[in-house]
Amino acid sequence: MTIFIIRRFSQSLFVVFLTSLLVFVGVYAIGNPVDILIPADASFAEREAAIRALGLDRSLVAQYGTFLVNALHGDFGRSFVFNQPAISLIFQRLPATLELAFVALAIALVLGIPLGLIAGLKPRSVTDETIMTGSILGFSLPNFWQGMMLIMIFSVWLGWLPSSGRGESGEIFGITTSLATWDGLAHLILPATNLALFQLSLVIRLTRTGVRETMPLDFIKFARAKGLSERRIISVHVMKNILIPIVTVVGMEFGSLIAFAVVTETIFAWPGIGKLLIDSITVLDRPVVVAYLLVVVTMFIFINLAVDIVYSMLDPRIRLSETQ
Amino acid sequence: MTLKVENLRTYFFTRAGVAKAVDGVSFEVGRGEILGLVGESGSGKSITGFSVLGLVDPPGRVAGGRILFHGEDLVGRSQGEMRTLRGKKIAMIFQDPMMTLNPVLSIETQMVETVRAHDRVSKAEARARAVEALGLVGIPSPDERLAAYPHQFSGGMRQRVAIAIALLHRPELIIADEPTTALDVTIQSQILAVIQGLSRDFGMSLIWISHDLGVVAGLAHRIAVMYAGRIVETGETDTVLDSPVHPYTIGLMRSVPANLERGEPLTPIPGMAPPPLGRSAGCPFRLRCFAATAACEIEPEEATADGHRWRCFHPQIARAA
Repeated sequence: MTIFIIRRFSQSLFVVFLTSLLVFVGVYAIGNPVDILIPADASFAEREAAIRALGLDRSLVAQYGTFLVNALHGDFGRSFVFNQPAISLIFQRLPATLELAFVALAIALVLGIPLGLIAGLKPRSVTDETIMTGSILGFSLPNFWQGMMLIMIFSVWLGWLPSSGRGESGEIFGITTSLATWDGLAHLILPATNLALFQLSLVIRLTRTGVRETMPLDFIKFARAKGLSERRIISVHVMKNILIPIVTVVGMEFGSLIAFAVVTETIFAWPGIGKLLIDSITVLDRPVVVAYLLVVVTMFIFINLAVDIVYSMLDPRIRLSETQ
Repeated sequence: MTLKVENLRTYFFTRAGVAKAVDGVSFEVGRGEILGLVGESGSGKSITGFSVLGLVDPPGRVAGGRILFHGEDLVGRSQGEMRTLRGKKIAMIFQDPMMTLNPVLSIETQMVETVRAHDRVSKAEARARAVEALGLVGIPSPDERLAAYPHQFSGGMRQRVAIAIALLHRPELIIADEPTTALDVTIQSQILAVIQGLSRDFGMSLIWISHDLGVVAGLAHRIAVMYAGRIVETGETDTVLDSPVHPYTIGLMRSVPANLERGEPLTPIPGMAPPPLGRSAGCPFRLRCFAATAACEIEPEEATADGHRWRCFHPQIARAA
């Protein structure tokens, strides 16, 4: 287990390095930030001074070298726009996005697993057909349209929930979160629901398929022959088996939940990193884009590692042994 | 009489029609008695076993007959009522030990839950009973092995665990559905010895479902030969095996290598067992039977002589005598 984690960690470092290179070159190729940052009527001398100040006059290799050395010291450069360290900009916004993503994930699991179970246990019933049709909608409706419909229905027509912003936040165990106040919670419901719908559909489908595949197996029949209650069979024997694919897929998808947050954050004016990224890309704020992508890549790596560890706890057949 | 099955009919109501998997089966099992239920694949022997426990999956269900357990009819009982019986009074062992244990739960979990499904005992006591049961079936150092998961056991060991689970409540009847078929021959004989010993020691009745006449011959007190959902011949093991009267039983015995001289070819039964859908009227075996005549177009009634019963118009009594 320890060896496994150490090995994964060193592999991860290599991945992060490679990403930084790709991202840096990619962002370099997109365009010259000077064209956007410096007013068109600036004099040639002012222009030259700005370019030199930002270090844009040097070669790509030299720029990357400086970036890498600084990055190793925890400095990812200063935002061209905000004139603040890029990394601190991201860490200011990250909690809002993580909060949104975690609440969305919770909604997806808390609703998705029971709905999938109901559908899977009564296949081809009216309930099953209804749930499955709903999940097709969740899969195929465009996220932005869905978000606007939610605003239309719950904010404009019914007037139940606020349509934008993060609302008041409070502190729980020292963590600033919207979950601490009613206002924050009310602001969170719509964007979190919007973000959750895709994952929810995914969880429903995974659970249903898992139930349908597990129920006819011999060990379920044997569990019945032992005289176990149906409740125990489903909540322990079936659930523990279908949690394996659910954890895997949902874990992998959690990264894209953060990535998808870009759309939801834009619609609901949620002050998260998604919105920061879109703004930074528009003005070619290179350090922020690079730092954002590195943070996201690192998160992906940690999520995957966490998934692998949880997976091995759920499935005794693939316990991470020292020999691996 | 521990179990008395009368005219059991288990049908599967499919879109293509009604499949009569078990079609009028009657048999009895006394206390401590071992009944061998023999037949080829699809003869309805496993479904008969599942019917007794009320574990026939839809679209199948028991469509008629009676299953008397200590004189009380189990047919029509609710799943809740059957649950109190399953694992407690009647236990079952399945064919494939690789599939019967839940791969993600430890042996301990799977045994303790079985104890606690029927008896209100502490976890520690349930665990102690699990250790004892594992010891009975010959698993070395059961206390340590309890923490293991199924994949850490070999097939034979898993079947021992399954048997130990079946034994937890000292049931009066165990239905064993081909429990040695998936095991190799040496393991098979070990498992047979274990079960035989336990049945004798605890006075447990046993229904041993198998397609292997050789296994049943050494184990069962009585044999019932099934074909196409019916019992075609039944009687004391020695009587049936020494003087089989039904052409199907004779055919089965000719297919067993042990009865032949070395190098002599086997005599298989020609043709295939009829599918459960679209069985024609009359004796279901007549199309493969060496003794069939026009009389076999009608379903034969059961004939009997000294506890030896068969369904055939042309019993091969002369040959046996």
